[in-house]
Amino acid sequence: MAANASDSSSWKNMIKRPKRGVPEGLWRRCPGCQETIFRKEAEKRLGVCPECDYHWYVPARERIRQVLDEGTFEEWDAELEPTDPLEFVDSRPYCQRLKEEQERTGLRDAAVVGTGMIRARRVAFGVTDSAFIMGSMGSVVGEKLTRTVERATEQHLPLIIISGSGGGARMHEGLLSLMQMAKVSAALARFDAAEGLFISVLTNPTMGGVAASFASLGDVVFAEPKALIGFAGPRTIKATIRIELPKGFQTSEFLLEHGFIDRIVRRQDLKSEIARTIDFCGK
Amino acid sequence: MAGTEYRLSFERPIYELEARLQKLDTLANENPEARNELRRLRRELTDLKKRIYGNLKPWETVEVARHPDRPMTTDYLELVFDEFVELHGDRCFGDDRAIRAGWAKLDTYRVMVIGHQKGRTVKERQACNFGFAHPEGYRKAIARMRLAAKFHLPLICLIDTGGAYPGIGAEERGQAQVIASSMFEMSRLPTPVICVVIGEGGSGGALGLGVGDRVSMLEHAYYSVISPEGCAGILWKSGTFKEQAAAALKMTSKDLLKLGLIDEVIREPLGGAHRDHHRMASKLKLHLRSNLRELVGTPIDQLLQRRYEKFRRMGVFLDAAEAGKPQNGDGRDTTALAASTPGAASRAAGKQTDSLLS
Repeated sequence: MAANASDSSSWKNMIKRPKRGVPEGLWRRCPGCQETIFRKEAEKRLGVCPECDYHWYVPARERIRQVLDEGTFEEWDAELEPTDPLEFVDSRPYCQRLKEEQERTGLRDAAVVGTGMIRARRVAFGVTDSAFIMGSMGSVVGEKLTRTVERATEQHLPLIIISGSGGGARMHEGLLSLMQMAKVSAALARFDAAEGLFISVLTNPTMGGVAASFASLGDVVFAEPKALIGFAGPRTIKATIRIELPKGFQTSEFLLEHGFIDRIVRRQDLKSEIARTIDFCGK
Repeated sequence: MAGTEYRLSFERPIYELEARLQKLDTLANENPEARNELRRLRRELTDLKKRIYGNLKPWETVEVARHPDRPMTTDYLELVFDEFVELHGDRCFGDDRAIRAGWAKLDTYRVMVIGHQKGRTVKERQACNFGFAHPEGYRKAIARMRLAAKFHLPLICLIDTGGAYPGIGAEERGQAQVIASSMFEMSRLPTPVICVVIGEGGSGGALGLGVGDRVSMLEHAYYSVISPEGCAGILWKSGTFKEQAAAALKMTSKDLLKLGLIDEVIREPLGGAHRDHHRMASKLKLHLRSNLRELVGTPIDQLLQRRYEKFRRMGVFLDAAEAGKPQNGDGRDTTALAASTPGAASRAAGKQTDSLLS
């Protein structure tokens, strides 16, 4: 999707600095305030900077530990693996890129899904990891999420999807990726008709085809503070209209102001806010 | 049809031959030899068009799809349908001219038509924002889709956009949200939905009108997850690699039919739709008519179930858990290497690349 344009620079950074997400050493520089932060301190606060409250990137597995009750997560469809249907080659073949990303992140693709408990309430749960090819959605992410939505429908479970994706629909799988947007949305429409509760949580960044499909379709939409959320990437917009973008454009706060999300929820409160919403909906 | 002087570089031999023909045409009346030569050249021109248009490179297809003389939604409204009655506005913010919607008749069918409009003259193009719709355009479309469903009118969507507009206003008014809602609603819209990509199928902006019981493309249209320029800019770091990107993305009707992502390719007149609007329109009409005949009267439950399954099958991946199991359609047939070509032997288990796709 168009949003891809935004973030090739940060994508480059990710390759250069594998430290992001799996910090080694005792100290880390906060991308928000540039302060050097004692790693243990930030970890205690779920990856939130104690100085400026910036919400750091959290890998999918870590996110599961943070949100679900300890030891309750049971993974679904872990064996699904991406392939290279178009035999796509840019600077290097997509199949090679996949292997590198898999080694670097320890994931098979950008989504991890399953079931678990949130404060003793059983839920269907999905999370996308923005480190795996920008958290972009290809066939595997689309299929995993669709299966999760279908299982949530069958088992009458509340559905929680935490999205992080700077890439939107994955270019390397061409139109197949775009169609995943329709596929997941169609499953969500059925889930909706079956009176299922879908809580969508947007994290930094949620862009393009992910923002323009499941992430925006929550009955309740939460966002972490100061996350970048939007349809087109800021660079694409800048290139199109050729003027400076307003400050705070496409942040969670911007979306809240314009009426597109329900609440901004700090990471420390996420678990209890989800539990509370489930209780209100009687699920 | 030649409304503009716009010329595609790969069409140059065609134009040269046409110029020679024209010159000869004036002589032919007196001279029998010239008449023979004329006949020969005409045959040659047909062959040339066949040769050029039969072997378009992916990037050339993109150029044809963007040709300013290519028939647009309003042309088809005139040539295919009767009595188009436009319904304006999204009842919320404004009337986006990049998307047109309204009642129309096709033979005896009363239908709702929604389509992107790029505009032909400079003024019109500006008014239509070159076919790049804003959220109010999609909101208008969603409202008219619901209206169509309420009165059991089939919905026909003509897709022709470079993408949904990337701009400040578009983000402020929820571009991502409306596209998601549009797909969500279309997937369960209780009326037949026929989508045709008539020119550019640009990413989310196209898919926002693209969830239907039938999704087809004109022969030289393209449909892609991202524009070739955008893709080249990101993956090749420079827009100059747009030709490579166009090839890599497999965005032509032929490739997408093979991938099972579209149902049908509608042939264009020789030398592209921009050479003969009338013939193109009649082919489109034929396509719409035959699909309407199939879909109208199908029980809605069945229609919706099939529509769901159609999109449900899309995706190609490896499923180790399913590989090795016998494949006899136990309900969940998105098995190992699940390609979506109906009926094709693409569901073979095992970790091998689908021959269809190679």
